[in-house]
Amino acid sequence: MGDYYVPAKYLLNKIVAADILVAPLITAKTIELGSKYSPDFVCTPFKYTLGTMIEALDEGANILIQFGGGCRYGYYSELQEQILKDLGYKFELLNLVTNGKANIKRIYKMIKRIDKKFNIFKGLYYLFITIKMVKYMDKIDDYIRKNIGFEINKGSFSNLKQEMLEKFTLVNNPFSLYILYKKYFNKFKKIKINKPKDCLKVGIIGELYTLMEPFSNYYLEKELAAYNIELKRFTNVTYLLLKFKKINKKALKKSKKYMKYQFSADASSNVYWTKYLCDKKYDGIIHIKSSFCTPEIGVMPILDKIANENNVPLIHFSFDANTSEVGIKTRLEAFYDMIEMRRK
Amino acid sequence: MNCYLGVDIGSISTKGVIIDENNNIITSSYIWTEGNPVNAVKKLVNILKNNLDKKYVVKGIGTTGSARKLIGLLLDANVVKNEIMAHAIGTLSIYPDVKTILEIGGQDSKIILLNNGIITDYAMNTLCAAGTGSFLSSQAKRLNINIEDFGPLALKSNNPVKIAARCTVFAESDLIHKAQVGYKKEDIVAGLCKSIVLNYLNNVGKGKNIKSPVIFQGGVSKNLGVLKYFKEILNTDVIVDPNSHLMGALGIAILAKKNSIGKTYDLNIQNISFDTKAIDCGGCSNNCELLKIFKDNKLIDIWGNRCDKFIKN
Repeated sequence: MGDYYVPAKYLLNKIVAADILVAPLITAKTIELGSKYSPDFVCTPFKYTLGTMIEALDEGANILIQFGGGCRYGYYSELQEQILKDLGYKFELLNLVTNGKANIKRIYKMIKRIDKKFNIFKGLYYLFITIKMVKYMDKIDDYIRKNIGFEINKGSFSNLKQEMLEKFTLVNNPFSLYILYKKYFNKFKKIKINKPKDCLKVGIIGELYTLMEPFSNYYLEKELAAYNIELKRFTNVTYLLLKFKKINKKALKKSKKYMKYQFSADASSNVYWTKYLCDKKYDGIIHIKSSFCTPEIGVMPILDKIANENNVPLIHFSFDANTSEVGIKTRLEAFYDMIEMRRK
Repeated sequence: MNCYLGVDIGSISTKGVIIDENNNIITSSYIWTEGNPVNAVKKLVNILKNNLDKKYVVKGIGTTGSARKLIGLLLDANVVKNEIMAHAIGTLSIYPDVKTILEIGGQDSKIILLNNGIITDYAMNTLCAAGTGSFLSSQAKRLNINIEDFGPLALKSNNPVKIAARCTVFAESDLIHKAQVGYKKEDIVAGLCKSIVLNYLNNVGKGKNIKSPVIFQGGVSKNLGVLKYFKEILNTDVIVDPNSHLMGALGIAILAKKNSIGKTYDLNIQNISFDTKAIDCGGCSNNCELLKIFKDNKLIDIWGNRCDKFIKN
């Protein structure tokens, strides 16, 4: 999922004595494989992750890790395990989250089975560093999203980020990680940009996988940045790991006018963020989701209502395994034309 | 005198207009695309050129519609824009106070909401082609009716049949079923027109605040049956301009005028050889479908690549 394989690989490398394979980058082949063996009407992330699992198994992996919970995601690992076993693969699938909960004792036992020398304190220590790393990455990404549309030398942001991620994997304590983060943040701030004060601003909300895996949203953020737009996206791993409960609760409290009960997954947060983006006078909101994502379908009318009340344009995109790329480009182009025209 | 050419290349038809400095249409043409946008545009430009007075010089060219990018390269256009913008600009030049534009074309349908001459919201069909012109024309062919006679026939009916129009496949089997149990042709045709309207309002128009003045355009706006049911269901007057099919081309011509770079174009494109060649890249497992564009046997562009690897080689 995006660049998050870097901290994930870092953590596993540090704590278990096993060969860690990074799954191949998601390509057209991944989704082709995933779609072939998935139920047709399952949400698209299922197809992507199944495709990735098949590619990883073909490269020789014998242990797979999956999470779960929140929505239909809660059934992913059991179903994927069954599909893969039916295909004849031999492997072990570690589901770190069951019944919506991450039971530390259970996870400990699982890791102990793979690596008998596993040390819980070492594990927790590196988990702490990894969480910090994710936090720093997300902060940097936030800055990049605001400014990448205005870079003078194309690629300067992404090249520097790649360099930073490589350096990140070499650290061994939280302090040197912090120093690195500060150093690179300064480097990012020094990248030359040509950003007008009143640039167009667009918020991107929606379902988490489609938001965070650029391949699955047809590089929507890149596409938007090319129009010289400042972007804001709330959903990232920091949010999922650390702020999810808090923001969900806050969302319900602050959006009483629109909803009485919690939606599953992060749909409630999206209601709250839509209002937030409207209040902050963003020029437009883009709501993206994978096809058949039930929680997000549920909040669509609410999002439309908020946007209407505040007179902020909001469009929805549903991405499936066979969405037409040209269709997306036409609609995005029109969206950009519209928000630019409204400004005048 | 200066003039500007706008070309709207849709899936079914190709439209072109030439306007003067005051946005008046000097000449226009409307022909079938027939699955070959390059040939259609060559034919179209030839017709326009022959109708154009010698005193005019073309100072700008704009392209819109689904083949806008390809034809933009062929004509060396100074503006290449999506249909939504083109339709809005074209309509605004004739109806400055328009609030809603309903547009149904060959492959897509859209709704554009405007306020004080500014687009405030839009939507395009996402589901399928059930509510569009190509469905109407394929059904007309199946029922052996000229598409031009479709509207007048629908007006004869007082009792349109109900058709499951969610999806073309279901709609077609429903249509066949209705015909086989003995419904009259005009009732079926009227039901089809009504189903197009309902489908449009349920998909594209869902949740949109449709205010008058409402303008209906795109090829399907020429169908009197569809127009009748739009008026009936929206319970408001729906205007169809005599040039409703040309609005996209007009809009893009106006944009070409606004963005003119002072270059003079001649319209002799008959002898330009324009060719495309599709190949699979094979550089990685994305296996992008690449389209190479040749103009006069010279490679001018490659489309469809996700990275620059192929281009570098």
